[in-house]
Amino acid sequence: MAKIKSLDELRRIKTSASDLTAARSSNAVKVIVGMGTCGIAAGAREVMDAVLKEIDKRGLKDVSVQTTGCIGMCQEEPLLDVIYPNKGRITYGRVTPEDVPRIVSEHVVNGRIVEDLVIARVDD
Amino acid sequence: MYRAHVLVCGGTGCTSSGSHGVMDGLKSELKKQNLDDEILVVQTGCHGMCEMGPIVVVYPEGTFYCRVSKDDVPELVEEHLLKGRTVERLLYTGEGDVHVPHYSEIPFYSKQERVALGNCGYIDADKIEEYIARDGYEALGKVLTSMTPEDVVEEMKTSGLRGRGGGGFPTGLKWSFCAKSPGPKKYVICNADEGDPGAFMDRSILEGDPHSIIEGMMIGAYAMGADEGYIYCRAEYPLAIKRLKRAIDQAEEYGLLGENVLGTDFSFSLHVKEGAGAFVCGEETALMGSIEGRRGMPRPRPPFPAVSGLWGKPTNINNVETWANVPSIIRRSGAWFASMGTEKSKGTKVFALTGKVKHTGLVEVPMGITLREIIFDIGGGILGDKKFKAVQIGGPSGGCLTEDHLDLPVSYEDLAKAGAIMGSGGMVVMDEDNCMVDVAKFFLEFTQRESCGKCVPCREGTKQMLLLLKKICDGDGTMEDLAQLEELAHMVKDMSLCGLGQTAPNPVLTTLRYFRHEYEAHIKDRSCPAGACQALIRYRIDQDKCKKCGLCAKNCPVNCIDGDRKTQFVIDEDACVRCGTCYDKCPFDAILKL
Ligand SMILES: Cc1cc2nc3c(=O)[nH]c(=O)nc-3n(C[C@H](O)[C@H](O)[C@H](O)COP(=O)(O)O)c2cc1C
Ligand code: SF4
Ligand code: SF4
Ligand code: FES
Ligand code: FES
Repeated sequence: MAKIKSLDELRRIKTSASDLTAARSSNAVKVIVGMGTCGIAAGAREVMDAVLKEIDKRGLKDVSVQTTGCIGMCQEEPLLDVIYPNKGRITYGRVTPEDVPRIVSEHVVNGRIVEDLVIARVDD
Repeated sequence: MYRAHVLVCGGTGCTSSGSHGVMDGLKSELKKQNLDDEILVVQTGCHGMCEMGPIVVVYPEGTFYCRVSKDDVPELVEEHLLKGRTVERLLYTGEGDVHVPHYSEIPFYSKQERVALGNCGYIDADKIEEYIARDGYEALGKVLTSMTPEDVVEEMKTSGLRGRGGGGFPTGLKWSFCAKSPGPKKYVICNADEGDPGAFMDRSILEGDPHSIIEGMMIGAYAMGADEGYIYCRAEYPLAIKRLKRAIDQAEEYGLLGENVLGTDFSFSLHVKEGAGAFVCGEETALMGSIEGRRGMPRPRPPFPAVSGLWGKPTNINNVETWANVPSIIRRSGAWFASMGTEKSKGTKVFALTGKVKHTGLVEVPMGITLREIIFDIGGGILGDKKFKAVQIGGPSGGCLTEDHLDLPVSYEDLAKAGAIMGSGGMVVMDEDNCMVDVAKFFLEFTQRESCGKCVPCREGTKQMLLLLKKICDGDGTMEDLAQLEELAHMVKDMSLCGLGQTAPNPVLTTLRYFRHEYEAHIKDRSCPAGACQALIRYRIDQDKCKKCGLCAKNCPVNCIDGDRKTQFVIDEDACVRCGTCYDKCPFDAILKL
């Protein structure tokens, strides 16, 4: 452990440590992956994996990732929802791990909905 | 990146109800399901709801699970962590059997304001990085780089913080005395003795957020010109001591504690001193004697510690909760702290709510909240929907308040006016089944036992008082005894050397003030209105309710119940030893307790 020799260094540690507790505060953007039985069968675990990797790669802090159970659209699995503040809830269907980087960079980071993958939307 | 954090309470309460098993079970189950690098398991300090433990909280949702056992773990992982479905049966159940999934919606938490407990139950106390992530050591950095020691003392005065160890002396003022004391060598001490029976406020902070105490002490040391500190913690708190020591090691490794902190010329070293756990060792002069290696006995003041304390050097001693409030005050300003509370009692106070309330536990509330709000809104009211009778505040040095005081705002002044004290925050709720003479006896037994014996009024006085109380509870008291008890109480209060003796009569004096009729009933009618004093209870059989089952006679250990199925069952009151067995065994409530 390197010694902290100034207040600036302390603040740098704070920034790098902040994702330690970030998941415990209410975050700005939510990504929700459907993990019902058929979701998992259709590959939701791989999608979840890809989401976490992408978020890590980009060092995003204000994102929370959750799972949810069956929402009754099993034929469209894997399902991935993004809740962006003031933009309602968008559901993407038949998501593959390859789609994930696009959804994260467009929607999660920039707030632009990836229209071609959307299957449902709920306004706030 | 971890998408979810599972917080398992590792406080003393939850540990004893099995949280370690839950923690281990979670880790292995997550591994089995290949979720171990998606989901982080964190061991935290106490959430305050120890009675509902082991507590598990899942973030980001903030779902609050209680009484989780090792066997629940596979379901919790499969359902909640993998599939995102809340496990209903483990949720907190509120009024009318409604499940309450979120922390913030549980009534127990809704009226609380967490400052001293802000990180407790939220961070991993064993990881300094988690403390830093929550603005930890930011306040220390602020004082070292942008404030003079005088600025810090002024900020503390502005905050209006008063010592949380019992006396309620203004902290900023106390710091200014020590700051003004001349001398190159000074000490700061954290009083973590926590001697009050039933109190666990300080322990929870020590276990759940040790760095806040370290940071608070360093800020104080800087303000007063001290370079060394001691945390005096009772040896009965092994977990607290372990966490403290680890926190000190980590702070040293990061260079946050030691020489030239954050590149400034401020240096500070900190030690943990384990105390043997005697109540009187919490008294500041006795405590310092104990650190110096002498027997923990109080000495007269003055000189005050600020002038001549540890090894004759200027010393400042504060309570755990007092120190824990310091970083937030510096970071968020004294004015912010002073915006909470009442005119003369600022900020928040942690209480250990126990006794006959539905939800016992640790609560932190803004000063000025009423007793009714604490006992009925947060505590959920009286157990078994019995009638509220009294609340004992301030531990053995405190007093009992009645129903008439329920709307009293909790502040140093209001409590003192009513004859109780804030004390360190013990709050014992009593119902109609508690006898107030017996309660006074209980607390006096404690102080009498803990008296160090140095001065006569405390040593002999409490002993005589206790004998009189016993006599009254046994039904042998006279009105002269009562007068003598009262006289002695005043004498011990006025003439004892230290706070132990000076406050020991408080439970007796307040019960005499508000429940004198109960004392008189014991003496004049030889009866205990609450039915608690064994010697004064009479058992009799209600012949209308008696179904002549004979169970009482069968169970009576001294065979003093006579009768058969054709005639009547009758208790021979002279032979009865008042064990209460018949009362408990009778299926038809036909035994009367008189
Ligand atoms: C008999 C006796 C026991 C005490 N026990 C404690 C204790 O356990 N913890 C504590 O902080 N203060 C205790 N005190 C109060 C301390 O003497 C001292 O006033 C306090 O630690 C000062 O800190 P504060 O200004 O932050 O409240 C006790 C006092 C007496 C007379
Ligand atoms: S008041 Fe009691 S505890 Fe205090 S010094 Fe006297 S004998 Fe000891
Ligand atoms: S109180 Fe005990 S001793 Fe007395 S009658 Fe009942 S069972 Fe017997
Ligand atoms: S299991 Fe996914 S919608 Fe039904
Ligand atoms: S020890 Fe877990 S809630 Fe208190």
